[in-house]
Amino acid sequence: MKINKKFDYFVILEKITPLIAVIFALLVGAIVIMLIGEDPVFVYKTLFSNAIGNRDGWGNVLFRATPLIFTGLTVAFAFRCGLFNIGGEGQMYIGTFLATWVGFTFTNLPAFILIPLCILTAAAGGALWAAVPGILKAKTGVHEVIVTIMMNWIAASLTFFLVLKFKAPPTEAMIEAGVKQMIPHTSEIAQAARLPRLYSIFKFLNIDFPAYNQVNVSFFIAIGVAILAYYILWKTNLGYEIRAVGYSPLAAEYGGISVAKNIILAMVISGAFAGLVGTNEIMGFKYRWRQELFTGLGFNGIAVALLGKNHPLGVVLAAILFGILNYGGAIVNIYTAGRIPRELIMVLQAVIVIFVVISDEVVKRLIRQRRKIL
Amino acid sequence: MPEIALEMKNITKRFPLVVANDKVSFTVYKGEIHALVGENGAGKSTLMSILYGLYQADSGKIFINGEKVSIANPNVAINLKIGMVHQHFMLVPPLTVTENIILGMEPKKNNIFIDMENATKRVEELSKSMGFKIDSKAKIENISVGIQQRVEIIKVLYRGAEILVMDEPTAVLTPQEVEDLFEILRSLKKQGKTIIFITHKLNEVKALSDRVTVMRRGKVVGVKDTKDTNQEEIASLMVGRKVIFDIEKKPHSPGKTALKVEKLKALSNKGLPAVKNISFEIKEGEILGFAGVEGNGQTELVEVITGLRPASSGKIFLYDHDITNYSPRSIREDKIAHIPEDRKQRGIISNYTVAENLILGSHYRSPFNKGLALNFTAINNHANNLIKDFDIRPSDKDNFLKSLSGGNQQKVIVARELYGEPKLLIAAQPTRGLDVGSIEFVHQQILNERDKGKAILLISADLEEILSLSDRIAVIYEGEIVDVLDPKKTDENEIGLLMTGSTANKKLSKAK
Amino acid sequence: MFGDIFNAQFVASSIRVAIPLALAGLGGVFSERSGVINIGLEGMILSGAFAAVAVTNFTQNPWAGVLGAILVGILLGLIHAITCITFKANQIVSGVAINLFSSGITVFFSWLLFGETQIMVKSNLPIWGLPLPDIGEGSTFVRNIIVMFAHHSPLVYLTIVIFILAHLIIYKTPFGLRLRSVGEYPQAADTMGVNIIKMRYIAVMTSGALAGLAGSFLSLEQAHFFVKEMSGGRGFIALAAMIFGKWTPLGTAGAALLFGFGEALAMRLQGVLAIPVQFIHMVPYLLAIFVLVSAIGRATPMAAVGIPYEKEIG
Repeated sequence: MKINKKFDYFVILEKITPLIAVIFALLVGAIVIMLIGEDPVFVYKTLFSNAIGNRDGWGNVLFRATPLIFTGLTVAFAFRCGLFNIGGEGQMYIGTFLATWVGFTFTNLPAFILIPLCILTAAAGGALWAAVPGILKAKTGVHEVIVTIMMNWIAASLTFFLVLKFKAPPTEAMIEAGVKQMIPHTSEIAQAARLPRLYSIFKFLNIDFPAYNQVNVSFFIAIGVAILAYYILWKTNLGYEIRAVGYSPLAAEYGGISVAKNIILAMVISGAFAGLVGTNEIMGFKYRWRQELFTGLGFNGIAVALLGKNHPLGVVLAAILFGILNYGGAIVNIYTAGRIPRELIMVLQAVIVIFVVISDEVVKRLIRQRRKIL
Repeated sequence: MPEIALEMKNITKRFPLVVANDKVSFTVYKGEIHALVGENGAGKSTLMSILYGLYQADSGKIFINGEKVSIANPNVAINLKIGMVHQHFMLVPPLTVTENIILGMEPKKNNIFIDMENATKRVEELSKSMGFKIDSKAKIENISVGIQQRVEIIKVLYRGAEILVMDEPTAVLTPQEVEDLFEILRSLKKQGKTIIFITHKLNEVKALSDRVTVMRRGKVVGVKDTKDTNQEEIASLMVGRKVIFDIEKKPHSPGKTALKVEKLKALSNKGLPAVKNISFEIKEGEILGFAGVEGNGQTELVEVITGLRPASSGKIFLYDHDITNYSPRSIREDKIAHIPEDRKQRGIISNYTVAENLILGSHYRSPFNKGLALNFTAINNHANNLIKDFDIRPSDKDNFLKSLSGGNQQKVIVARELYGEPKLLIAAQPTRGLDVGSIEFVHQQILNERDKGKAILLISADLEEILSLSDRIAVIYEGEIVDVLDPKKTDENEIGLLMTGSTANKKLSKAK
Repeated sequence: MFGDIFNAQFVASSIRVAIPLALAGLGGVFSERSGVINIGLEGMILSGAFAAVAVTNFTQNPWAGVLGAILVGILLGLIHAITCITFKANQIVSGVAINLFSSGITVFFSWLLFGETQIMVKSNLPIWGLPLPDIGEGSTFVRNIIVMFAHHSPLVYLTIVIFILAHLIIYKTPFGLRLRSVGEYPQAADTMGVNIIKMRYIAVMTSGALAGLAGSFLSLEQAHFFVKEMSGGRGFIALAAMIFGKWTPLGTAGAALLFGFGEALAMRLQGVLAIPVQFIHMVPYLLAIFVLVSAIGRATPMAAVGIPYEKEIG
């Protein structure tokens, strides 16, 4: 049967469903903004012009996109093996804390050893934490969704315990500011463990870029990891097996592919991606572990992966979009003196997720209808 | 002129990429048994699903007892006294017989609760009136397929059906159970019920029906009085050309023993014994057919041999090499090929392309995998070669398997499994659900392998297939081989009796 | 030491901890029995907890707060139902979206309506039951019985009534029979004229109502305030309780009590043994994983759970 040109139009439509979802979500956001009594045009103009209207804005956007690329890849990679790894938050906690520990413990190592060591530790920590639900799923069949969530809470408690164990005194800045109820934190990691900010590269290239901008080399690590994820999934034997298990465990088993082994491997690799968030948050930005209950980066990775259709390129683009919304949202919050809480962005992200899945389904139906007529 | 119970006029129903019913007109007289025949995919089940309100026709009209009706959902069909016994039983396994029968039409007490006592009483009355022995409190998952079918019939009668649609009711039954079913249907006819009987088995048409409507590719191609026609005529209407019933087969010249299974035991998914002490051998150039009612251990036996299920005891040898409880991968490496019974779940990955599916099982080996990465040049050449050799259509290696027809999906599996000269071929239900052309193709491939001196283990629920292909026939019943027969010296009746265990007990006691 | 831990107060606090888990778990039972996975329970609890406090503080009526929580739960259930049943989207994805949405919207409205993220409850539900005799006055036994079973929030008694009703509905009524068939084999139920879509909508919205009620208990009765992320994974623990209870109301209640018992025990042990508080906080989550592992092979989920119903295949 020949399929005519008009049909291709729908295939393109299928590819751009995320875009449609984003537009719908922004419309919902506009309605919410109007209900609050603000002007949506002003809000969105402020949001986008500050986020992508100049180099500083772009730097802030990419800085915020970097961890989301890691956590988005976490979800996307596991999903390709048919797994819902929604434990990115916990895997990120463990990997990040361990990397911090290495960073402030082995302070006499040179940078060319300490930086790779910290990066590997971050990945290993995340991998370790994700291995638990992976092994439980592979060996007993326990559904990974509940276990990964439980592991998030356990990780939060565990890092809280550890941060108290390695607690450092308040910084001078804090004492000066008179902060009483100090959030516990560790010492700073060694200078040799820190990733350079992009400012230093731009300076070398004689490009004007603000020194205070936090975007750092971790962004390139994230892009590298996205390429790696693509390569593993579509160009290697391992990726063939992981995707086979994801599509059809029974057929994979029949084809001599170990379902258990691939589930564990997919979880471990996926968790390693989550752990690498530490390269941005600690090695490139805060330089110390500060305890807080869930950053939301892990959870937002789910939205990023869905919006990016679980493809590494899509994940990078979706993470940048969320970076724009997050940074722009924060700016809007300041411009409107808090009348528009930045949590609006969280709501928008959830709305995007719902619209993505719905528009996917609608387009699928359109295509089916189309085939029926042909 | 007999009274017309049902008339369907110019029914058209489209599905994506296929027109399932193309202006179909179908008339059934009151009180007759009407056979509706056609190949798989001819549109019989779609037509009946429209009658029962499960699907909506794109166009066309339906008349019941002369009145025009529109059947939006099964509730309407039930109210019009139409009942349907589906090919795959519509029974909820963890619920009891009574619960399944009353579902959707529950008798109530105090207007709130189910009146279980009353329900049980009515179910038992109906069951008695049909001469059935059914435990109304048993759970469906614990009763046999034959009994389940009776539950389905009672379910339909409970709703007061006057027109009964039976969708391929004999597919899961033994020849003896089929006889019993025919008796039941004849007695229902005597009670004045109208019966539509869907089948593709022509001897059943002859044995049971008053009239027959033949469908091909979504169209009605003939309506006949059964007594005025014969099997050959119906068959050629069904297929659109003369069918060759007999398969030409070269004489059988067995060589060395290829597969030896010794006292094999294995458990089912539920942890119950499924394979009980099975021993047999297959020689080179020989087809050993396993006949048996489905669910008697065939699936588990194949899974144990291919490493997909552990053996709890016993041994499996491939040319004196013990392969018991090897992993599926190392068994494949020992050159055992496997056409699985569950094509869609096991045999293919529907979201992978033809090229990707053709390397499943050897994807990790040279030339398809080199070092860290897959070798796409080798993979694509391999795919193009097999597509040509096995005439897989459409011939694009980048098509997803889900877009191929069942016959072409099976060709992909056969091409992949026969590649690399296997020593043993296990073919489980290799032609199930395929059109006649694909069936002939698969049969020819199996016979070619046999003539090349390969050992072949054939499992099929289709006795005709077993009889025409096998060199020896093993009959399996409740996880045991009850007899091994020579296909030239046996017939469907003898095998059928053995399949139900009715003569097995005698033989066992004789042996003692 | 034993007597210090296992006293009447301990039983009473076990029950209190168990209530939200039991209610949300029962929500899971309804939803999954109909064939729809509801990972969104977590968000429904959270939104319910917020709605309860917000409505209570605006109306000064905690009963209105409870009602508000239930309505918010139903609304989120409706969103889940539309996404999963009508649009046939992935049920886990939809549940995750509801959780993300709830995390955002609760904090969003906290800022907008109250200007802070921790909101104290301004009006409390009464305590129902027998008056508590002073210590030393009358029999200790009678006092213990009252502490354990007859001196609770009205929501505790309501929960018990709900569970008895749920058991009767699921096992003794036509609705229950249809519910059980829809999650196992919807095609069969469809041929019997059962409206699959309607059954699933009712079940998922019921599950939202129960999770909302669970949230109201959490904020109004257990914490007496709302704070962001206060659901604390309870929606997922409730799912573990549901699985351990083999998708039956009474089994789920039993499993929830087990969790209540475990958490209450951990809190008590904190005073007795020198365990860092962070490890005490891990107990419910570790217990949930343990319970899930031990339920494997013992509990089989509904055959059709997670699969959208397709009437016309092709």
